Amino acid sequence: MDSFLASPLGVLIITVLQSLALLVPLLLGVAYLTLAERKVMAAMQMRKGPNVVGPFGLLQPFADALKMLLKETIIPSGANRGLFVFGPMLTLILALIAWAVIPVNDGWAVADINVGVLYLLAISSLGVYGIIIAGWASNSKYAFLGALRSAAQMVSYEVSMGLVIVTVLLCVGSLNLNAIVLAQKTVWFFIPLFPMFIIFFISTLAETNRPPFDLAEGESELVAGFMVEYSSMTFALFFLGEYANMILMSAMTSILFLGGWLPPLDVAPLNWVPGPIWFILKICLCLFTFIWVRATFPRYRYDQLMRLGWKVFLPFSLIYLVLVAFVLKLAGWLPA
Amino acid sequence: MIAALAFYVFAAILIASAVMVVTSRNPVHSVLFLILAFFNAAALFLMAGAEFLALILVIVYVGAVAVLFLFIVMMLDIDFVQLRQGLQRYAPIGAVIGAILFLELLFVFGSWQFAPDVATLRLNAVPADPALSNTEALGRLVYTDYIFLFQIAGLILLVAMIGAIVLTLRDKPANSKRQDIAVQLARAEAVPLTKVPARTGLDKLGIVRRKLPEAPKPKKVAHEAHGHGHHDHEEGGHH
Repeated sequence: MDSFLASPLGVLIITVLQSLALLVPLLLGVAYLTLAERKVMAAMQMRKGPNVVGPFGLLQPFADALKMLLKETIIPSGANRGLFVFGPMLTLILALIAWAVIPVNDGWAVADINVGVLYLLAISSLGVYGIIIAGWASNSKYAFLGALRSAAQMVSYEVSMGLVIVTVLLCVGSLNLNAIVLAQKTVWFFIPLFPMFIIFFISTLAETNRPPFDLAEGESELVAGFMVEYSSMTFALFFLGEYANMILMSAMTSILFLGGWLPPLDVAPLNWVPGPIWFILKICLCLFTFIWVRATFPRYRYDQLMRLGWKVFLPFSLIYLVLVAFVLKLAGWLPA
Repeated sequence: MIAALAFYVFAAILIASAVMVVTSRNPVHSVLFLILAFFNAAALFLMAGAEFLALILVIVYVGAVAVLFLFIVMMLDIDFVQLRQGLQRYAPIGAVIGAILFLELLFVFGSWQFAPDVATLRLNAVPADPALSNTEALGRLVYTDYIFLFQIAGLILLVAMIGAIVLTLRDKPANSKRQDIAVQLARAEAVPLTKVPARTGLDKLGIVRRKLPEAPKPKKVAHEAHGHGHHDHEEGGHH
């Protein structure tokens, strides 16, 4: 048995099973995140939210998915057919493959690679292609404007996101996600690096094109931005991709700053709870904040968005990075 | 066996997409093929054990540089017919220049003196010490032996950046209007803030808008209730 598991075929089967064990709960999570968003926003706006399909509206995501499936896929006659279909696929694929390196418990990652953080940064920086390809291939003004906005926005916020990640890496001394979580055994990084935690969270909002940075969609001015020509399953793929990206960014936030699967205090009743539960709770906390922000803030104007990214976050995170490096060096806390 | 197969697959796709970058008619397709080429180069790096370089290649070139390429190329207004006519005219000159470059490269390569231990160095692309990760090994080299070269590379990029800024910097006309956020926020009276306790509407606070005259009632619209909160707020602002 052991020799079979070590053979190439065995390794392949194990990897596929591991991926399924990760992706099936993830996609269920995506489905219920859409419901949670509507319910939470409804509660914040003193409405009821979806409550008709199934008990408490719990079957609503499946009703929506079925509706999407049964609609006709319309490809505009002026569109570049191949790229038009490729854009949404790319968005969802990128949102899913990033999960390969996310550790849900000590060592529980499909691929526990040395450069996990870089992998995540690379994948999230590729996310812009789905949008820009979709916007261009639609051959429509609104879609194109949305794509251009989104491209500029995501490139801008990635810079400060990268600097925040470098600050965390300075405190850890490794690019491995598992090592990053284990380095937070004494104190979670959001306490010493609190300003960076805030910057990172806001950058994830911009990176996922969520309100108040959803200028790529901007329904009041661009109709629906880059997705204006999409219908049925092609639209559903964008939708799934956006929510999977939200969960991914929340997972990144909790790994980098909120101690991943670690309990808040390493004491008796808290450390009985298994690590994945803590991890999921932290992800849910971040996701709730995503929704809360959406229900609270009006959309940024485009020049304000750019100003925030380049003139506020970038200098601030650069200065804080240098500061952290100095403190670590002078106090002798630099990891070996 | 699998590794060799993967290498040939990646290398073949790399070369094919590099050819497509030059030959495809649509410049947007060219950039997309360029991205594919970057990806396959990254895969080759990975196979050589240089995981850090592979991911940096993806982050820097695919995630940032190629996005800007695509950004620019998509906004270009290109007449493809004109472009093809140009190809006919300039192809011979391009071929001559290419041939000269190729010959020069051949001369250089033919008279190149390799360092004596280069063959052994080439075999050890991956750090000899297995405990040392790829990233650490690279960091130890770049920040010690090659620190000056590394810093000079950074300075060159800085010069390029300053150059780009200087080229685009214009003096603002004297009458240009700029938003000064601090000044805006200082005008406290412009935006009255109202603390609304949870679970009460604006109605209960006495910030109610003036009652509209009853008489000329427009025909009832079902969603009259929607606009309510909005109006209250605006009217409240004027008092």
